[in-house]
Amino acid sequence: MIPHAEMVHWWFAAGFLILGLLLLTEAVVGSEVWGRRPWRRYLWPSLCFVLGLCMWPVMTFYTNSTIHMIAHGSWAQALMLAGAAELGLARGKLHSQYWRLCSAFGLAVSGTAFLIHEQQHWLFSRAAFLHHVLGWTLLAGAVFPLARALRPRSFAASAGFAAVFLVTAVLLFCDRDTASIFGHLSVYAGLPHR
Amino acid sequence: MNAELVTELQASEEDAPRVASGRARFVLALGPITVLVGLAWALVQPYRLTLLHPYGQGFWWLLSEPPLYVVLVGVLFRLFVAPGVVKDLEE
Repeated sequence: MIPHAEMVHWWFAAGFLILGLLLLTEAVVGSEVWGRRPWRRYLWPSLCFVLGLCMWPVMTFYTNSTIHMIAHGSWAQALMLAGAAELGLARGKLHSQYWRLCSAFGLAVSGTAFLIHEQQHWLFSRAAFLHHVLGWTLLAGAVFPLARALRPRSFAASAGFAAVFLVTAVLLFCDRDTASIFGHLSVYAGLPHR
Repeated sequence: MNAELVTELQASEEDAPRVASGRARFVLALGPITVLVGLAWALVQPYRLTLLHPYGQGFWWLLSEPPLYVVLVGVLFRLFVAPGVVKDLEE
């Protein structure tokens, strides 16, 4: 009755694609122009928070092991923390730019969770491969929000942060429950489908 | 200078469309580029669109149309986000 895991990945991919486009636009036009309309300031932080909220049902319904539950739960909390911190900054309730470190923390936790809960090797299946790539992408990508917290006006940091979400979206759209990767598919992975 | 010529020059300046800045053009292009990527994906992998072969498919498969998600994101961005950003950018 519940949707396949790959479908959930595609839904999150769409969410990350929107996040990436919003962040890229903010990076290109600058924070001053982006924040000229108040609702726009809340757009991506609230989306990030909502994505974190959506991770809770994923944790509940896709728990096939303890490590999956811990990974999905920590993701949910990390995304919500990052979104909430950015919302606080957008609203003016939080003042220190170092609150942006929550986004770096969120990406680092997400990357680590991807790597820890994928127990198969890289070429086991496409899903396993993508989990490894996503994990390392997010871990490495945590550098960008870190740089953004230290140098808020840096274009490279903002654009890099946006690029992390766009790459994540592409990788999530590539996910399949059972499919080969570069011609490799373990016999233990199950029967491939479309 | 001839008054008639000045009037014509002023009129032609007012009629000329405003040239958008590079940043504005980039923002305006993001949505259509996303839509094009989604359409290209649909053309390359039409079997990803369950709507093209809907018989015998369950609810979740009919809901899951990843190339259309990409197109939808591009359309929403172009319609609801880009115009306001470009307007603010050029003010």
